[in-house]
Amino acid sequence: MTRLLTTVCTTALLALTLAAPVQAQARDSFKVCWSIYVGWLPWDYGAAEGIVDKWADKYDIDIEVVQINDYIESINQYTAGQFDGCTMTNMDALTIPAAGGVDSTALIVGDFSNGNDGIVLKDADNLEAIKGRRVNLVELSVSHYLLARALDSVGLSERDITVVNTADADLVSAFNTSDVTALATWNPLLGTIKESPEANLVFDSSSIPGEIIDLMVVNTDTLKANPALGKALTGAWYEIMGHLDDSGFRQHLANVAATDLDGLRMQLDATRLFDQAEEAVAFTNSPALKDTMQKVAEFSFDHGLLGEGAPDAGFVGVATPAGVYGNSGNIKLRFDPTYMTMAAEGEL
Amino acid sequence: MKKLINRQPGRVATWALGLLPFALLLVVYLLASDARLEANPNDKLLPAFSAMGDAIQRMAFEPSKRSGEYLLWADTLASLTRLAIGVGISALMGLVFGIVTGTLPYARAGLSPLITGLSLVPPMAILPILFILFGLGELAKVMLIIIGITPFLIRDLQQRAREIPAEQVIKMQTLGANTWQIILRLVWPQIMPRLISAVRLSLGSAWLFLIAAEAIAATEGLGYRIFLVRRYLSMDVILPYVLWITLLAFAIDFLLARYSRWRYPWFHGSH
Repeated sequence: MTRLLTTVCTTALLALTLAAPVQAQARDSFKVCWSIYVGWLPWDYGAAEGIVDKWADKYDIDIEVVQINDYIESINQYTAGQFDGCTMTNMDALTIPAAGGVDSTALIVGDFSNGNDGIVLKDADNLEAIKGRRVNLVELSVSHYLLARALDSVGLSERDITVVNTADADLVSAFNTSDVTALATWNPLLGTIKESPEANLVFDSSSIPGEIIDLMVVNTDTLKANPALGKALTGAWYEIMGHLDDSGFRQHLANVAATDLDGLRMQLDATRLFDQAEEAVAFTNSPALKDTMQKVAEFSFDHGLLGEGAPDAGFVGVATPAGVYGNSGNIKLRFDPTYMTMAAEGEL
Repeated sequence: MKKLINRQPGRVATWALGLLPFALLLVVYLLASDARLEANPNDKLLPAFSAMGDAIQRMAFEPSKRSGEYLLWADTLASLTRLAIGVGISALMGLVFGIVTGTLPYARAGLSPLITGLSLVPPMAILPILFILFGLGELAKVMLIIIGITPFLIRDLQQRAREIPAEQVIKMQTLGANTWQIILRLVWPQIMPRLISAVRLSLGSAWLFLIAAEAIAATEGLGYRIFLVRRYLSMDVILPYVLWITLLAFAIDFLLARYSRWRYPWFHGSH
């Protein structure tokens, strides 16, 4: 009877796909996911044009590039072990996989937001006017971080406003209602909202350059066991970046993002894309990255994002080339320029 | 030997068979959770029961560090208030329009097609329009519930009002009753228990619309909390919240059923 029960349970376990975390061992088949955002659109071009396959073949592996429609869902899937790598921002990499105990490595530092995230007010053109308002945004997202930094810059705090958690899909229609007088969001939503005559952009991420970083994050154990994955992804990425000014490349991205070439250019202009591996390496190696991660970790800790077990902001250690921020015994997020350096030196 | 369809489980066996699927689910969960936690002690996807216990303790019995509120109770209060207002208004409208369209042929001819048409519009599909009409505040959340369940209530009660035996209506008329008296003394009392049973059936949808509304824009509420902590995969909070919602839904359904049996015993066939 016990045996039968065990068999039944084991079968049920196998049926639950989520029951089996990805094992870190040498393999030759990998899955990475991405979601719609201007800094990650190039992955779709690379997958469609066979660039990712070409680099995977070079290292005798298979890489499947999967688009996930919901950004948070893609990170959750990665954290649950369904994917070996996923695109995400530095803050979400810290608060979701790293805080969830999944040791993650920022393999490729793709870009930072340089105006792609912003705060919009109605009936006022200065940030101070936000005081006392209800601010609609996706709570606990980079928009929330941007808001905290913005409030900080004018001597206000979150106590001076009310945060209203609003689904990103509904922010644009929300802005058309009279209830909503302040919101924080990202592109392409921000671009659409700015077109409204009553919208005043009062703060954007170009005021905090280099703090909202878009990454390709891979599972550290998987990467250690399979350096080929890191080499293939990095090699493919910088080959894709070489097409940045091709009209075919831009048209492809615009189609995927459901915008036109002008809309795409507007988004690319607000993104500091590191199309040269050297730039990404220099950015990753700079001491400013460690300071940024400290700010992000402090914000995350203040909002309970590091888990209730976290005694302080440094609970989850972040390794950067300039040094470790936080608990060096619990490093779960690593900025590792190794593979980008290989790309910069032409060793891939 | 008795045929299978004639074999009845005893009292104990009924309970044991009823509990078995729950126990199996629990065992499967525990095994899966242990397997994941062994691989990664910080795993958030299938938290251990102790982690969920901590989360309940934190959400229900300790004031929040940020606002000083007891989050679970604040969320519950906010959600139940919205649900009560939404379902209450819907029930009232269902009662009034159901009786009017069910008893007065002219009202039925004028309103019934409109109500049938409205009931076929999926409320979630017109969400963006609802936002623009009602904003993003409490009104929009209550309106979503009302728009979601009122047409169903009206249609159901209209049908129930029409099912009242014609003999009774004729008898009241021979005794000299006017339309108003027939509605007040005959239709209304007979419709009330049917209203309660229709409300019980629509509560599932009401919860659905409530949580959808809270997921879209809110500052507190059970649905708000679930969709907020989903951002960092806090299953230790989400799972107890789901159980709590289930429990609340069960309790409301149970109380309505009990009230109906106590107040309208004739409807339930016990005298």
